[in-house]
Amino acid sequence: MKVTAKVARYEIRDVIRSRWLIGYTLFFLLATDALFRFGGGGEKALLSLVNIVLILIPLVAMVFSTVYLYAAREFIELLLAQPIKRRQVFAGLYIGLTLPLSLSFVVAVSVPFILHRGIASAQPGTFAALLLAGIALTLIFTALAFLIVARTEDRIKGLGLAVAVWLFLAVLYDGLVLLLISIMADYPIERPLIGLMLANPMDLARVALLLQFDVAALLGYTGAVMQKFFGRAIGVTVTSLALAVWVFAPLLAGMRAFQKKDF
Amino acid sequence: MIEARHITKTFGTLRVLDDLSLSIGPRRITGLVGPNAAGKTTLAKIILGLTKADSGTLEIDGTPIGADDAYRSRIGYMPQMARFPENLSARELFEMLTDLRRPARPVDDELVERFNFGGALDKPIRTLSGGTRQKVNAVIAFLFRPDLLILDEPTAGLDPVSSGILKDKIFAEKAAGTTFLLTSHIMSELDELADDVAFINEGKVAFVGALAEIKRVTRQSNLERAIAEMMKRGAAA
Repeated sequence: MKVTAKVARYEIRDVIRSRWLIGYTLFFLLATDALFRFGGGGEKALLSLVNIVLILIPLVAMVFSTVYLYAAREFIELLLAQPIKRRQVFAGLYIGLTLPLSLSFVVAVSVPFILHRGIASAQPGTFAALLLAGIALTLIFTALAFLIVARTEDRIKGLGLAVAVWLFLAVLYDGLVLLLISIMADYPIERPLIGLMLANPMDLARVALLLQFDVAALLGYTGAVMQKFFGRAIGVTVTSLALAVWVFAPLLAGMRAFQKKDF
Repeated sequence: MIEARHITKTFGTLRVLDDLSLSIGPRRITGLVGPNAAGKTTLAKIILGLTKADSGTLEIDGTPIGADDAYRSRIGYMPQMARFPENLSARELFEMLTDLRRPARPVDDELVERFNFGGALDKPIRTLSGGTRQKVNAVIAFLFRPDLLILDEPTAGLDPVSSGILKDKIFAEKAAGTTFLLTSHIMSELDELADDVAFINEGKVAFVGALAEIKRVTRQSNLERAIAEMMKRGAAA
């Protein structure tokens, strides 16, 4: 564990000096500030923020991690040539990427939120849920990036795959679900739909977040089904558990691939 | 020091090492030579545990590698390509590795002084030239006073002065009891440094023996011609 923390500590030092991370922080800072300044009340600003979080965090976590890991390939070799375990290197690298990414998001969103006294108008619980969803998406998509990099030797292919996975989950997936609904309109497909929602972490995060707002219209089909089926309390529990599975499944698969990999 | 027996490694359909057996003596400098893609780097990486052999065993001083990661504390490694985290400085990198290895003895930073880095050690590594990075790479390999040093193309990118400093260091550490495994494309360099030569071709050891021995059997006066002769004979056979 100590070794893991050491690997993470030096990696964090490297990552926080990266121009990309500074840009990412500034973007969230300015976007949140603008939303509060021009978007009216806290609740509305939060809703707009939800959409940015759902699209942008997965993209940045995925692309930043993939590019970073491919660039660090020789450095990872150097680490693996030290008398430490592969598992420790893997865990250190993962923490070293997810911690700065999560932290910069949390700080960049919280500062304008507090400055504009958004907490007063919106539910503090809703804001906390937004932060947690952002962190969960960072953890999930960084884990997916680790899995892709561990299993794909060619960096162009790996980066292409990362973008394709994001594109599929962010854009194509909803289209396919809608298509399915229109084809199967005559059948009761609520249950399979919940399955489909659990299979997409971005859908999951959206439903988990929107269950916090009282805006049924924005829940989308899967969200409405979710609310109808589980109600709010159980819905939040189910989506949170599913998000946790989405963090650990790719992470463990990535760790296995990393342990076996030839460098 | 190193005893490799029947090591086979394939990448996809390519058989990089084919039932390779090799014994490397202690306190000597063994040069690994062979055409490109002959499996030299792969062998070095198997010794370090970076790559896992499909079959065969590898022992260091009688202990098989693989069960425990602690054996790597005795090994220093200078990889072929030196790339480090872009935004860290070389000094932070030395600190990090020292922190990870927790050496019992004080580190050997003689090369830090000899290489005359000036202010370069405190600048982000991304701003350093290729040669300076290779010097950082060399410092890291020697830093923890290893018993075994694996140097993959150590002088690539170094200017003659730095290259000379590195060679002096290699001789000094060999005299102090360190074992070296060295790959290089520059035959005159191996001629100067190596005690033994292992010629690897198509994943097998085609010849292993003292430097003088390979020159004798090929009736050549220098290593470059001796290896060329070996390759010609290999092609004829």
